[in-house]
Amino acid sequence: MSNQNIKVALIGNPNTGKTSVFNLLTGLNQQVGNYPGITVEKKMGSLNLPLNCKATILDLPGTYSLNASSLDENVVIELLLNKNDLLFPDVAIVVTDVENLKRNLLLFTQIKDLEIPTILVINMADRMDVKGITLDIPFLEKQFKTRIALISSRKKIGIDNLKMMIVEYQKLSTQPCLNASSIDVPYFDSLRKAFPSQSLYKLWLVITQDVNFSKVDKNVVDTNNFAKPNSELKRLQQKETIKRYQFINDVLKTGRTVDTAKATDFQGKLDRILTHKIWGYVIFFAILLLIFQSIFDWSSYPMDFIDESFANLSAWASNNLPAGVLTDLISQGIIPGIGGVVIFIPQIAFLFLFISILEESGYMSRVVFLMDKIMRKFGLSGKSVVPLISGTACAIPAIMATRNIENWKERLITILVTPFTTCSARLPVYTILIALVIPKTRIFGIFNSQGLTLMFLYVVGFAAAITSAHILNKILKIKGKTFFVIEMPNYKLPIFKNVVINVLEKTKAFVLGAGKIILAISIILWFLASYGPGAAFNDVENSVKSNPQFENFSDEEYDSKISSEKLENSYIGLMGHAIEPVISPLGYDWKIGIALITSFAAREVFVGTLATIYSVGDADNEDTIKNKMDAEVDAETGKKIFDFPTGVSLLLFYAFAMQCAGTLAITKKETNSWKWPVIQLVFMTGLAYCVALIAYQILK
Amino acid sequence: MQKSIAQLRIGEHAIISDFDSNVIPLKLIEMGCLPGNSVVLIQKAPLGDPLFLNINDSLLAIRMEMAKDIFIETSEA
Repeated sequence: MSNQNIKVALIGNPNTGKTSVFNLLTGLNQQVGNYPGITVEKKMGSLNLPLNCKATILDLPGTYSLNASSLDENVVIELLLNKNDLLFPDVAIVVTDVENLKRNLLLFTQIKDLEIPTILVINMADRMDVKGITLDIPFLEKQFKTRIALISSRKKIGIDNLKMMIVEYQKLSTQPCLNASSIDVPYFDSLRKAFPSQSLYKLWLVITQDVNFSKVDKNVVDTNNFAKPNSELKRLQQKETIKRYQFINDVLKTGRTVDTAKATDFQGKLDRILTHKIWGYVIFFAILLLIFQSIFDWSSYPMDFIDESFANLSAWASNNLPAGVLTDLISQGIIPGIGGVVIFIPQIAFLFLFISILEESGYMSRVVFLMDKIMRKFGLSGKSVVPLISGTACAIPAIMATRNIENWKERLITILVTPFTTCSARLPVYTILIALVIPKTRIFGIFNSQGLTLMFLYVVGFAAAITSAHILNKILKIKGKTFFVIEMPNYKLPIFKNVVINVLEKTKAFVLGAGKIILAISIILWFLASYGPGAAFNDVENSVKSNPQFENFSDEEYDSKISSEKLENSYIGLMGHAIEPVISPLGYDWKIGIALITSFAAREVFVGTLATIYSVGDADNEDTIKNKMDAEVDAETGKKIFDFPTGVSLLLFYAFAMQCAGTLAITKKETNSWKWPVIQLVFMTGLAYCVALIAYQILK
Repeated sequence: MQKSIAQLRIGEHAIISDFDSNVIPLKLIEMGCLPGNSVVLIQKAPLGDPLFLNINDSLLAIRMEMAKDIFIETSEA
């Protein structure tokens, strides 16, 4: 028994505190990854148990039942049906909420039917007194043929008891707790005869679920002879669910008593305010304002600090490391590159902090409830609000958050328009361009013109999303009854630990994900900017020296002339020149062209690229990027490069253009087709080009 | 005509009697929306839709369109 590593799978409905139980069991011993090939988050953790045992815990995505209706839910049933999977659990823990027992137990009875040892956790036991709930645990354990751990993840009660149950998992019964096959006796009898060694419920799931089972399973269980028409299967599934509920209702009638006199109506009162026809919206918009305030204002302090620190670090590196190619790469390629990612951390963290609090508290469901009717007018769902808000951090997790939208058309439209919302990757681009071209004045004595411009760009992004949704709603011919159901969980105070872990994880994932791309691009860029093809690049120094025009130059002017000529003849310079004819009507020169090309991978690379371009061969200059950009002038006319028309044109271009390879990749994954990302790219970038063109031509 | 959830008044209790099983998705049934179970209309969204319900102790919101397909018996009827 000792030194054994027990594999545990944590399963449960959303909003049962499953993740709190996971956090409580594993502390910070967690790793977050993805299931191979799909973008469903995979959370694993380990813990030490009594009697020298160890356990590996897999936190499976929240699901309402084993009848999978989304990618996340598929993961749960694919794992539980595949005994050969490395992660196949020795013991399953089903987490339920004491206030939602009836519904939460449905999933439990399904898991139990799979004949896996299963522990039933009844969470939020601290709420029982308030709600007047009493449970007859021995009776329930007998009826459900399992052991029950009554715990409170908030008050940290009952965890040791649960750990002991995990250690003793082999004592658990693997018998199903009800006989669901009575819904169609002859059918299930013949199924049992055909595959005597398999669990009946497992066979049933293989027949009814449209998921990828491993090959082994498909061969072992060739159920083709037992196929039935879909309508018949659906009818049986309904019967099965009703059967399960009858069993649960019967058991709870004896095993649970609720003294309704004790229950307070605090939740109802809160709901009457938070979903009120006026106050509901006022409170929601106040919260939105608070979120934006934190992104624009509060995070600017740490961001300024990060910006300066990296500029200093870069200068320090070039002054103190031995001179050479490697030092140049570090001080001009890698450090500015990393700085370009790190600077996002405050904004991303604030956004995830708010989203996490709103979701944990149960408020997010009320927002969905409030907004559904309005959003439907644009072909969206109330549930599109969550992706559209998270889109202000990053479109990638936002698009993944569309998975719970039941209606395919509403979901598709949400996926297609979400990238219009102003993600945090646009912020550095906006911030630097606004600082360069929008004069800092006060309007009506209170509003800062630069702040207003930023606000305007957010509104533009949101308006573009809503308008295109409206258009898509008219164009797309996808039929289907609009189905919509959302759980309205009880309000809860967010658990601090859960929020912190969530923010840390999400921020880390974003920084590492985006960081890898940006770092790689910065290094490649530096090479492309530091080397060039053939004689023209190598001869720069000689040709500048021999040019009588530059005779009177000081050493400094002379060096800067050489480096700029070198850049122009480098690989990247040639690429920039190549696209110049296309972008010059928008007011961009070849250097901006380079930044446009590289920032196709991710928008924020724009600033990093200009940083790299302007600091190549000029690392002693520890000026910030902004000042360097401000000093850029056209070699012939002496006009500022980043003047008002070009700046506005660039701002608008970045507001609309699909400059994000990651978003295209996720759209492809989620829609399972290249058609939609291509449409997204062509539509968004086409729109961006036209708008930027018009703006520049009018303003110049 | 049979009464449906769509006709409930705020605070009114009823028992689900029947639904059109071709239209009601399995997911809703899994949330506890099935014949014999109780239903209370807690609140309507500001524009009258969706409906915030307590079905069999589960708190959930569904759209009017779907509510029309779930039939009920009220105690006074």
